[in-house]
Parts: sequence; structure tokens; C-alpha cells
Amino acid sequence: MSAITDITGIGHPGGSRRLGDRVFQGLATGAGVLILVVLAGVAGFLLIEAWPAITANAADIPGGEGLVKYIWPLAFGTLVAATIAIIFAVPMAVAVALFISHFAPRRIANVLSYVIDLLAAIPSIIYGLWGIAVLGPASTGVLNWLEGNLGFLPFFEGPASSTGRTMLVAGLVLGVMILPIITAVTRSVFTQTPRRLQEGALALGATRWEMIRMTVLPFGRSAIISGSMLGLGRALGETMAVAILLSVSGGVTFNLIGSGNPSTIAAHIALDFPESSGLDVNALIAAGLVLFAVTLVINMAARAIINREVRY
Amino acid sequence: MPEDDPMSAPTSRESQPAGAQGDGNGAAPEQAPLTGRRFEPSQPPAPPARAMAPFARRVERRRHVTDRGVAVIVTGAFLLALAPLISLLYTVVSKGMARFDAEFFSVSMRGIISEGGGAYHAILGTLIITGLATLAAVPVGVMCAIYLQEYGAGRLKRAITFFVDVMTGIPSIVAGLFAFAAFALFLGPGIRLGVMGSVALSVLMIPIVVRSTEEMLRIVPQALREASYALGVPKWKTITKVVLPTALAGIVTGVMLSVARIIGETAPLLITTGVFSSVNVDPFDGRMQNLAVFAFNEYKSPGVPPEPSFERAWAAALTLILIVMALNVIARLVYRRYGTELR
Repeated sequence: MSAITDITGIGHPGGSRRLGDRVFQGLATGAGVLILVVLAGVAGFLLIEAWPAITANAADIPGGEGLVKYIWPLAFGTLVAATIAIIFAVPMAVAVALFISHFAPRRIANVLSYVIDLLAAIPSIIYGLWGIAVLGPASTGVLNWLEGNLGFLPFFEGPASSTGRTMLVAGLVLGVMILPIITAVTRSVFTQTPRRLQEGALALGATRWEMIRMTVLPFGRSAIISGSMLGLGRALGETMAVAILLSVSGGVTFNLIGSGNPSTIAAHIALDFPESSGLDVNALIAAGLVLFAVTLVINMAARAIINREVRY
Repeated sequence: MPEDDPMSAPTSRESQPAGAQGDGNGAAPEQAPLTGRRFEPSQPPAPPARAMAPFARRVERRRHVTDRGVAVIVTGAFLLALAPLISLLYTVVSKGMARFDAEFFSVSMRGIISEGGGAYHAILGTLIITGLATLAAVPVGVMCAIYLQEYGAGRLKRAITFFVDVMTGIPSIVAGLFAFAAFALFLGPGIRLGVMGSVALSVLMIPIVVRSTEEMLRIVPQALREASYALGVPKWKTITKVVLPTALAGIVTGVMLSVARIIGETAPLLITTGVFSSVNVDPFDGRMQNLAVFAFNEYKSPGVPPEPSFERAWAAALTLILIVMALNVIARLVYRRYGTELR
């Protein structure tokens, strides 16, 4: 008897079960909304704490020339480091993704992608230590060669750093760090390339590379773009590796192999924050707000591209 | 070209079917079009095979050499990507072993100027800060995933899905600034607390938990839910008693991987929990040390002479890597051992 009423109670409002369902659904929805609230809170709290610096007199901002002049070299350094990282990481990541999806033996493909994911699991502080202890010193020969042979380019003007703590090396380390995310995004789409297209290309006599060029790469093009943008977002916001590795002087320069480099926003915040007080803290938070806004826009664009693609 | 051949040998087994097909198909008529970039069926048939043979052979050769070349490049790229991983692991292990001793795990840095000392306080701090962050992030993350998978519909669901994805890309330093700004607004600008670090880390952790949990809930068979409904079980009990237990191993795996992702975070903790050299186990009172910040601080501001500080930094790095690797391995073992219902 009670069982019958219970069953009919499912679809109808009212009844004791309805309460449990309502509470649980409310909790779940609340957790979802909380995420939106947190994201809004990040923007809101940063804006509140950055406001004193935004409205302050130009002379009171560190450097004495206003907030824009304060943030500009940092933003420039951030862009340069991220650009180097992207230039290194994107071709590498596409090649690695192709290797895992189309060249490696099927049986070990999963293990290989797990190994690449390990690159993302390593804490960024350790990348910084590795960069300063291994990659930097190892790169001095290359930096000297660049200065000697490509010194006519503004990027390799020199004088080459003797420690390797340069923008070029920092960008390279960032490139290694963002490689896994680009690889993961592109690989998952490469493996979804319709079999009929691939087999059709092979049946027409294409070699494996011709098949990839004609089917897999066009199919994965938007994944490469969005994966690169996600990687760019990571590279822009990456903090500790740059903070510990880069030797900073603060000026704006295109010289990538010298020992006087512009810092990045994230690294500058991490290094200066512990010793700052008063308006300096607000100025740092304003810099953080800029970083947040830029990475938010890039991530939203990247996700929009991925989502549009998924609907096909 | 000669150096290409030995390198491509391992992959040649796979390339053979494709190559063989290409040779077989392209006997006579298809040769000419293939010289172009694209196959164009409208072109007239090629001249007889005999006249074209040397030319065709040259084209064929070039195509296959290109194919081999790409295989070599792609394989090389993969090996090159492994080089930093191997070099990094080797460096951390070889440099970290010097101080990877009992003292390192049982002594804090209180009163230590040069030699000796350890990361006891930092390890405690790491466990407390990360533990609190996990306590906050897991319920929110799992409930959010339940909303997205079991209840969500319409624009709210789409908005949350989108912003969870966007949130995974928030720079960790911004999460730290957020926690600092939120607490500083109420408690004053000089505030440094362990719990602030937990808040920052949970902001980074929640989206990862949501993503992995949602993935796991999605692969719970619909038939299980329908069977439960057919027995008259209300929806919330179906979720808590049928869906969640089925997906439990996967959810635990996801949580462990997300802990591994945040346990090595440095930047947000540097600005929220500060630097501290003694043991502090109260996250609501004063500064707290953490392993990653410990490593950073020992390297950035070493004592005199600097070597003991550097050795401590590398030992902390080794400890972190071991924790991260252990979490990764255990997570996969859990999934393999207990996640069988889903496969």
C-alpha cells in the first residue's frame, strides 16, 4: 500500500520525499552557482583592493609615473616570455600529439600520453630550480653563438648572459610547462578524426604523412588554435619558474639573451608582494587584475572555440 | 637522407601497409595527378605507364622519403619532449639526496642559520593547508558536478560548464591575490594566515574536481538510474546510493590527481601564508610554512654560506616530486583496482 503511494509520489509535488529531493537539488544548484559567485568574487575583490592604486596620484605609485607606466614593462615582459613559449611549444606539441595519435604503436599510446602529462604534474617551483641549475648554464654556449652569428637581430643583440638567466631560457622553460596542455587538447581531437576520411585518403594512395596533412591536420586545426590559446593563458600566468629563473632589471628591451630583462606580471607580484605594504600592495593587485582580465579573455575565447567545435 | 633510415626503422612496420597500398594503387593512371598537391579527377588520364616510369619512380621516391622524414621528425619531437623530464628528475634526485635524511623530516628551521635544519614545519604546513583546501573543494566540486550531470539544464548549466572550464585557466597567483584581497578587506592589509592559502588553493582545485567528477558521473550507465527509479527510489537517494558509489573510485582518483596538482603550488601561498621558520599548526593564527615556499625561500634567500640552504631547497623539491608522483601512481592504482564497474 505504502509502496504504491510512494511510486505515485515521485512525479508529483508534495509528499515527504519531495523535501529530500528539493534540499539535495538546492545544494547541488547552490554549489554550481557558488562557482559563478567565486569567479565574480575574484574580479570583485581584486577590483576593490586595486581601486586605491587606480585612483591614486601618479607620483604615489612605485616608480612615480602612474599605474600605466608601472604595469607596462611588466605586461611587455609577460608578452615576450609567453610568445617565446608559444613559438617553442606549439610545433612541438602538435608533433608530439601526432606521434601519440598516429605514429606510436597503439598499445603504448596511453602510456606515452601519461608520460607527457607528467610534465604538467611537476610543480612550477621545481621547473624554476631546474632552469637555474641546469638549463641556464647549459644554454650559455647557444646564447654566445646567437650573439656572435645572429647579433644583427635586435633579439640577439647581446651581450650574452653568462648565467643563462635570460628571457629566451625563461620562455623555453615556460614552453616545456605548457606543452602538455596543448598536446592533450590537440591529441584528443586528432584521435577523433573520422576513420572514413583517413582510410579514404590511404585508399587513394596517400602516404601516411599525406593522409595526415589532408585529413587529420585540417580536422584538428581549431583544436590546435584553441589548445595554443589555453597554453598561452598558462604561460601568461605562470609565476614561480620565471620568478626564480629570470634575472630582472626592469627596462623594456627586445634583447632576449642579456642579463637585464623586464619581469613578468606574475613573477613581479610573487617577488615583491612579501616585502610590500601600503599603496604598493594595491598597485601589485592592480597588476594582478590586468593579468586576470587578459587570461580570462584568452581562456574564454579558447573555450568558445573548443565548444563550437564539439557541437559538430 | 641516409641518417633517416635507421631512425625510422621502428615505425616502418606501421607505415608499410599504407605505403604498400600507395604502390599498388598508383600503378599507371594515378601517377600524374599525384604529382600535384591535390588529386583532381577531372584531369585527363596519364600517358602510358612505360613512358612515365622513371618520372613516376622519382615522384614516388620523394613522397616516401617525405613520409619517412615526417615520421623521424615527429618521433624526434617526442623524444625531445622527454628530455626535460628526464633531466629534471635526474637533477632533483641527485641534488636532493644530499639532505634527504631523517633530520630533514624531523626538525624545523627554528634558530637554524646555516647547516642542519629541516622541513618538518613546512611538511606539516603543506598537509594542513592542502587538507583544508581539499575539505572545502571536494564537497563543492562534487555537488557542482552532480548539478551539471543530474539536474542542470538550460542557460545556467551552460554558463557553469563554461566558467568551470575558464576557471581551470586562472593563474595561480591571481587565486592567491583573490584570497589575500578578500581577507585583507576584513582583517587588515598585513594579514597572513594558513587558511588564506587554503582558500586560494581551493579556488584552483574546485574546477579540476568538477571536471573529473562530471566525467565519472557521465559514464555511470543510465540503466542503473532507471532501475532505481523503477523501484520507487527518489532521485536524491538514487544519486547518493547508486550513482555516487558506482562512480566512487573514479571520483577518488580525480580528487587525488587534483591534490597532486595543487600540493606544489608556490605563488598563491607565498602571498597568503607567508614565510615562517617554526612549527605552526593553527591555520587561523599567523603565518605558516609550506614545502614549495620553503624550497623557494631557501633558494632565493640562502644563508652564509649558501650551500646548506641550496641542499635543503633541493631536498624539499625531491620530497615534493615524490609526493606528486606517489599521488599520481596511487590514483591510477585506485582506479584500476576499484573502478571496474565503469569499464
